Parts: sequence; C-alpha cells; structure tokens
Amino acid sequence: MNEPKYSIILPTYNESENLPLIIWLIIKHMENENFEVIIVDDNSPDGTTQVAKELQKIYGDEKIVVTGREKKLGLGSAYIHGIKFAKGDFVVIMDADLSHHPKFIKQFIRHQKENDYDIVTGTRYAGDGGVHGWNIKRKAISRTANYVTQVLLRPGVSDLTGSFRLYKKRVLEKLVQSCISKGYVFQMEMMVRANQFGFSVGEVPISFVDRQFGESKLGGNEIFQFLKGLLYLFATT
Amino acid sequence: MTKLAQWLFGLTLFLSIWMAILKDLSPIKVTNDNIFWIYLIPVAFVAIFGVVSLLIIIYRVATFNNCDDAAKELTKEINQAKKDLEVKGFKFK
Repeated sequence: MNEPKYSIILPTYNESENLPLIIWLIIKHMENENFEVIIVDDNSPDGTTQVAKELQKIYGDEKIVVTGREKKLGLGSAYIHGIKFAKGDFVVIMDADLSHHPKFIKQFIRHQKENDYDIVTGTRYAGDGGVHGWNIKRKAISRTANYVTQVLLRPGVSDLTGSFRLYKKRVLEKLVQSCISKGYVFQMEMMVRANQFGFSVGEVPISFVDRQFGESKLGGNEIFQFLKGLLYLFATT
Repeated sequence: MTKLAQWLFGLTLFLSIWMAILKDLSPIKVTNDNIFWIYLIPVAFVAIFGVVSLLIIIYRVATFNNCDDAAKELTKEINQAKKDLEVKGFKFK
C-alpha cells in the first residue's frame, strides 16, 4: 500500500459558520482517500479557531490539524504556514466559504494520476465549469478580464484567478516563494510562473457557487489592482 | 523574452512592413487609388481585432454555465451536514 497522502489547506478568516459545513463535505467526499485538513486561521474575531478545535474533537487530530497566525496576513504566507504542517505528498488549496465543492478533489486526484501533472487547477471557464450566483454584469467583467489576460499572457490555462487547485508539495513550495503579488493577482502569478518554470498543469471544470449574494466583492479598486498586476506580469514574464 | 518584448517585436515588424509599403520600397506600388487603403491597414487590423474580441466575449458571457443544479445540491448537503454534525455533538451558534 503506497497511496499518496493529500493535505488540504484551508485558510480561514471569519468562517465559523462555513467551516463545520466545509469540513463535513470534505470528510464525506474524500472517503477512501488518505488525507488531512490543515486549517490556517488568522485569529478570526468570530471564533473560527474554537470551531476548528471542536471539529478536531469530532473527527480526530489525524484528520484535522488546527493552526494559525496572530493576525491576518496574506494568502501566500497562509499557504507557506500550512505547508509546514503538511504530511502529504500533494497539497490541495481551496476556499472555506463553500464556493469550492470538495467533490471535485477526487476528480483532481484522478486527473493528476493520469498524466503525472505537477498542478491540477479547477476551471470555471471551460467544459462543464461555471458559476452560480453571478449576474450578467459580474459575468461580463469576469469574462472580459479573463479574455484580456489570455491575450496578453497566453498562460495555457483557462482559469487563472481561481484558487481551487492541487499541487505537488515541492511545486507549491517553489511557486509560493517566487510569487509576490496579492489577491487575485497572486493566483494568476502562480499559474504564469508555473508555466515559466515548465511545470505541467491539468484542468478540471468546476462549478463555483457564490453564496455571498448581493454585495459584490468586485469594486473599482479590485479592477485597478487586477490591471496593475496584469501589466506587471506582462512586462516581467 | 517577456510578453511585452514579444508584443513590441511584433509591432515593430508590422510597422516596418507597413512603412516600407507606404514609402514605395516594396513590390506593391503606391498610387493615388490605393494610398487611402494602405493608410487604413493598421486601423483595419485594430478594428477587426476589436470586433472579434467583442464577439468572443459576448459568446462566452452568454454561454457561461449557471450551475443551478450544483447550488441546489449544495443547499441539500448543507442541511444534511447540519443535522449530522448536531448528532455528532457539534453545537451551531
């Protein structure tokens, strides 16, 4: 028996409501896999860490690892922190807000095994992939941003800004160390650098269910930051 | 070569050829009849690129999957999760 182990890193901030649900879903959909979940909570004021510890009592500390930092730091550093605890050969990163469904992890694993990919990324923009809960304006912004990025960077991957991915552990370590951007651009830089380093990337279509109805996170400032990051990658890679 | 350098290289190449035609250095001879069209070449390229891009984006927005089934399935699973977790002794706030 030499089944690879998968470490699922869940960076959280104020996810005390979603965390029990996402953990339950991971346990359900990762049946028969060798895995652990590493919760990296940045001292959320809503008590996410306490919730994580409750869940650890229920599911055991083999399955659930709880860690975190004193205060909220960047996503990249949350991954670095999580990797330190990862005992797996592969690392899965995903959001804890239920927009990424754990049922896709098994598909990532299968796809990775087929071609020994260094990275498998979920994609909302290809095949049966898609998004629930976005209005036409949000879809148009997303598709336009994606199109412009494809034309300028030709990254060979259809979804650059998604954050539901499986990495070989050493590949993730190397990428996180070489990426300096923040937010959406960080995910984009990870893929562009992966391409640059010659890592192989597979794609699996995913359905992204956006449950934060109403309040759109995509304001003018986000768009400006995105364009700035895009130009940075355009000029440097 | 960075992506920026690739674009600048392509742009320079294109402009050189276009200028060569315009200055009558190519086999295509400039006449009063065709000079207007030669001037129009770069504009036509930009316009075609713009229109094709717009059509591609419109098509992709129109065919962007809504994943209604995935949302329904998730709601169902959330309810199961809440029940099951309470049985296991987890207290929801």
